[in-house]
Amino acid sequence: MIAAWPGPEGDEYALAFDRGRTRRVMVLPALFDEANKLRHFTAEVMRRLDAVGIDTFLPDLPGCNESLAPLEAQTLADWRIAAANAAAHFGATEVLSIRAGALTEPTGLPVWRYAPATGASVLRALLRARVIASKEAGREESREALLEAGRAEGLELAGYRLGPALIRELERAEPSGGAALANIAQGDVGGAGLWLRAEPDHDPAQAQALASLIAGGAPA
Amino acid sequence: MTGAVTAIEEFDASDLVLREVLRDVLGLSQSRVDAFTADTGLFGHLPELDSMAVAGLLTEIEDRLGVTIEDDEVDGEMLETYGGLLGFVRAKLDE
Repeated sequence: MIAAWPGPEGDEYALAFDRGRTRRVMVLPALFDEANKLRHFTAEVMRRLDAVGIDTFLPDLPGCNESLAPLEAQTLADWRIAAANAAAHFGATEVLSIRAGALTEPTGLPVWRYAPATGASVLRALLRARVIASKEAGREESREALLEAGRAEGLELAGYRLGPALIRELERAEPSGGAALANIAQGDVGGAGLWLRAEPDHDPAQAQALASLIAGGAPA
Repeated sequence: MTGAVTAIEEFDASDLVLREVLRDVLGLSQSRVDAFTADTGLFGHLPELDSMAVAGLLTEIEDRLGVTIEDDEVDGEMLETYGGLLGFVRAKLDE
């Protein structure tokens, strides 16, 4: 269940269902607060893929989850390289990216892309949360001023210390084309996206729906 | 407040969308959100509705209703009750 893979600054953890099967899916999770909201869902999709004979790997990218690397030092470009290394280490045959995980996809593997988010939309939600929290605390901040400071010095948003390079990348990052790509919209999975929930929640039917779509064949 | 209560009974499009967004963000059943009145408390009344959740809520309202909400328009009053938020959303749609 717990595996390791060689990251740029030493071993990183991965959650793995590895029984040496033909289809091996690397899962790139949602980023920042959405990673917490979707943690249960993500693991449940992996369990259901395991049950139908598909191996899965969920690597901790550097600076994320259990990683000891500083988040502040990470960039999307670094994450894409790390994801490519993890894919090679585990012998992944395809990738499932979730929400802004699409921004960390390596090139060259077929991709299942679930409810992709742009960097701008992720950044907008984080900045808005910071402005609202500051206002509650009696401090007036503006998104524009925060962003300008963030581009130069980095910024702490929703408890995540993001470096200046990552902020600048997020402003314009869009999911790019994979070798073969299947876009899975929330409507294909049914119900409302679990990343919207104020408190992390789970919906077994959604996990089953996503796993069934992936089990149905390779992305084309 | 009387005006807002009357309007809610009409269940217009913005009301329906706003209830859907709250259902999806708060993870409530449709019958729970259908029972919201103008006086139902939101921000400050529901502990799970923290700043990150409010940010998500506003972003979702923007996406589903095609409006843009500026940060300086967001204040405690408009977020405090369902009626306050609905009034704000309707004013945005009338702009």
